[in-house]
Amino acid sequence: MTEPLAELRSVSKGFPGVLALDHVDLALYPGEIHGLAGENGAGKSTLVKVLSGAHTPDVGELRLHGRPVRFRSPREALAAGIGVVHQELAGAPHLTVTENVLLGRLPSGWGRVRWAEAHRQARAVLDRLEIPIDERVLMGRLSLGRQQLVEIARALVRESQVLILDEPSAILGQHDLEVLFTALRGLRDRGVACLYISHRLNELFELTDRVTVLKDGAHVATEPIGDLSMNQLVALMTGRELVAPSRPVREASAAPLLEVDGLTRAGAFADVSFRVHPGEIVGMAGLVGSGRTEVARAIAGVDHAEGGTIGVRGRTVRMTSPRAALRYGIGLLPEDRKDQGLLMNRSVRENIGLASLRKRSRFGILRGGRDSRDAAALARQVDLRYRGLDQLVRFLSGGNQQKVMLARCLGAESQILILDEPTRGVDVGGKSEIYALMRQLVDGGVGILMISSEIEEIVMMSDRVLVMRAGRLVLELAGDDIEEDQIMRAALVHSVADRQGAVA
Amino acid sequence: MTDTAAERTDAVPTGTASTGGGSGEFLRKWGVLVALILLLVVSATMSDRFLSLPNLLNVLRQIAIVGVLAIGMTFVIITAGIDLSAGSVLAVAAVVTADMVNSNGPLAAVLVAVLVGAGLGLVNGLGVTLGGVQPFIMTLGMLAFARGLAFLYTGGQPIPTTDETFLAIGNGRLFGIPNPALIFLALLVAAYFVLRHTTFGRAVYAVGSNDEAARLSGISVRRVRTTVYVISGATAGIAGLLYASQLGVGTPIAGEAFELDAIAATVVGGTSLFGGQGTVFGTFLGAAILGVLSNILNLTGVNPFVQRLFRGALIVAAVMLQRKDAKGR
Repeated sequence: MTEPLAELRSVSKGFPGVLALDHVDLALYPGEIHGLAGENGAGKSTLVKVLSGAHTPDVGELRLHGRPVRFRSPREALAAGIGVVHQELAGAPHLTVTENVLLGRLPSGWGRVRWAEAHRQARAVLDRLEIPIDERVLMGRLSLGRQQLVEIARALVRESQVLILDEPSAILGQHDLEVLFTALRGLRDRGVACLYISHRLNELFELTDRVTVLKDGAHVATEPIGDLSMNQLVALMTGRELVAPSRPVREASAAPLLEVDGLTRAGAFADVSFRVHPGEIVGMAGLVGSGRTEVARAIAGVDHAEGGTIGVRGRTVRMTSPRAALRYGIGLLPEDRKDQGLLMNRSVRENIGLASLRKRSRFGILRGGRDSRDAAALARQVDLRYRGLDQLVRFLSGGNQQKVMLARCLGAESQILILDEPTRGVDVGGKSEIYALMRQLVDGGVGILMISSEIEEIVMMSDRVLVMRAGRLVLELAGDDIEEDQIMRAALVHSVADRQGAVA
Repeated sequence: MTDTAAERTDAVPTGTASTGGGSGEFLRKWGVLVALILLLVVSATMSDRFLSLPNLLNVLRQIAIVGVLAIGMTFVIITAGIDLSAGSVLAVAAVVTADMVNSNGPLAAVLVAVLVGAGLGLVNGLGVTLGGVQPFIMTLGMLAFARGLAFLYTGGQPIPTTDETFLAIGNGRLFGIPNPALIFLALLVAAYFVLRHTTFGRAVYAVGSNDEAARLSGISVRRVRTTVYVISGATAGIAGLLYASQLGVGTPIAGEAFELDAIAATVVGGTSLFGGQGTVFGTFLGAAILGVLSNILNLTGVNPFVQRLFRGALIVAAVMLQRKDAKGR
């Protein structure tokens, strides 16, 4: 091929505690659609941020048209012809499609916008992409998929030579997906280089010319997609041949703690049924957006399910609120520390005690000594590194913040724990402590439902594994049948898995 | 896709700040007190009448009514809410209580003042929690509505009262200390206890700091929210009672813009409008700073128009000083 349009040469990018990119090479040629694959945490987002100027590489260089460049901001990258379509929509819903497409560069004269010209320009871009959207409607009136297409049009209005699409398909329906693919193929034919990131592997096979696989921040392979099979690609992503980790064999004791039957909420999940027994860890895998967090929230009374039943210790109960769930002995460790978990500007003591205030009080009055003793004991139990119970939680490291949430969960003495990403942002040492704690809890008769994006964690910790995809439970594995690539395939692959995944 | 690597970038800066606190924490905790002491020292050098006991008691008496409002306001602001209706609720309580004294005697009047205030506060609270109206708007509506109620109740006329017992509440002294100041201090102690030593107090901070986290921890966020407006209404009722008693008249124009003074005292006292932070001790200091400032400016004969400039500048300066460490919530 000719000279690459954009190239990363041996780029490394580290953050304290993590090497997000480790000497990664990537070349994007004119007229190719290049797929980027990897598990969560493989470094895909960091790579996109380096390419688009949001991060500067620690080591290595970024080349554009063969010349080394150094972007100090996303604005500079944009000016140099690198357009990015982010996963999250960034459009302005109250403006027209034209205004969104031409945001910041509406044609004007004498201080007023030349609307006829603006609509003409927007129409031209949309036509070039063969996107059938009226340029005069309000953005907010369009479906999310359509809005995504408008975002792509916006990225292209600058005549970008390089277009990065970070999971553009996550919210697209089948029809919009076709429109997107057509648009991208048209761009390829005009010599644009596209970097296409998706968790849906069959899209990579359908759309891309070559694919680069990242794992743990390192470059694993770059191959023409035609040379790979689905299985080979999954193997590249998950890395190694599967080594079965030692797992203590547990007797599933007779009566389940938690029985979920046919749980359904339109648009989130449908017909989800499973059991959690005392003394077992049930892992729940699936992509972000597969409905796993939504299921957890429904069980913990955060959101309401529309159909199905939840049984606790043999009794069917209605989860009307997290308060009710706690009373039934169900505790939730939410996935997002900042938004759902912690009182950042309050003390360790207050954060730990929050879910067990009743136990620490009499007639609504806190028993000061007991409150502090309990909090300190729980902090010790999760091996929290902190300066004192009065320390503000925001001054703790991410891992220790996670432990504060865990300590709060323990304080409520729930029999059923739902842990949504229990080790998110925790370093290796902290992880093993949390794992040990989980084992300790189940040994004491607690039942744990653990949601995780880290497949190794699922495989290592779970007695049983449930895999969700697109709002449904698609696979259940137990004991020695728990295998990483099976889970991955069930979570990722659409059509292929539906045909063979359950059998494999 | 949620790349965990990207997540870690968020998490790490928090970690590196783990040694944070230090001088910032000291300022946050004691800055307001230091400011008040400074102001007292400066004031003492500017006027020799300032440090006399009668003058200081006078300051205390002057800040009592707004101070009582500010106690309720502190509860509301800690939950990241606001109560703009406090002054108007004060007026309703003032006219109703003055009327009650004349017909049913002082005890009934006192009870009714608190109940009327709490009732209007309940309306605010339910509007915010069940109605889903933003606190600013809900209480802005109540600001107009309650003022209207006060005018309607009296037909626009002030209601005078001459009941000795009732007048003693606002004008008498106990051990030489003006009663309104005593009531203010007693309410401060009670509020301090509630916020610091009860589960409800913990819940108030939790709701203001992160209401979703509070809900997931089993706290009934709606109940807590509603209750803080009831408390603010009740303190407005007590303030209205003090007002009517002090002046011997319940007037529908009572307490206009008092809510703004109460907010100023609360905020100068270190309570964050973003919620989750603040103490009633701070609110007392805030009210004291504002009271001492106007007292010393009066004593030194500063033009009242200029006094307003000082007051405005002080409010902004106080909050700017606190912003430094409130960052990175």
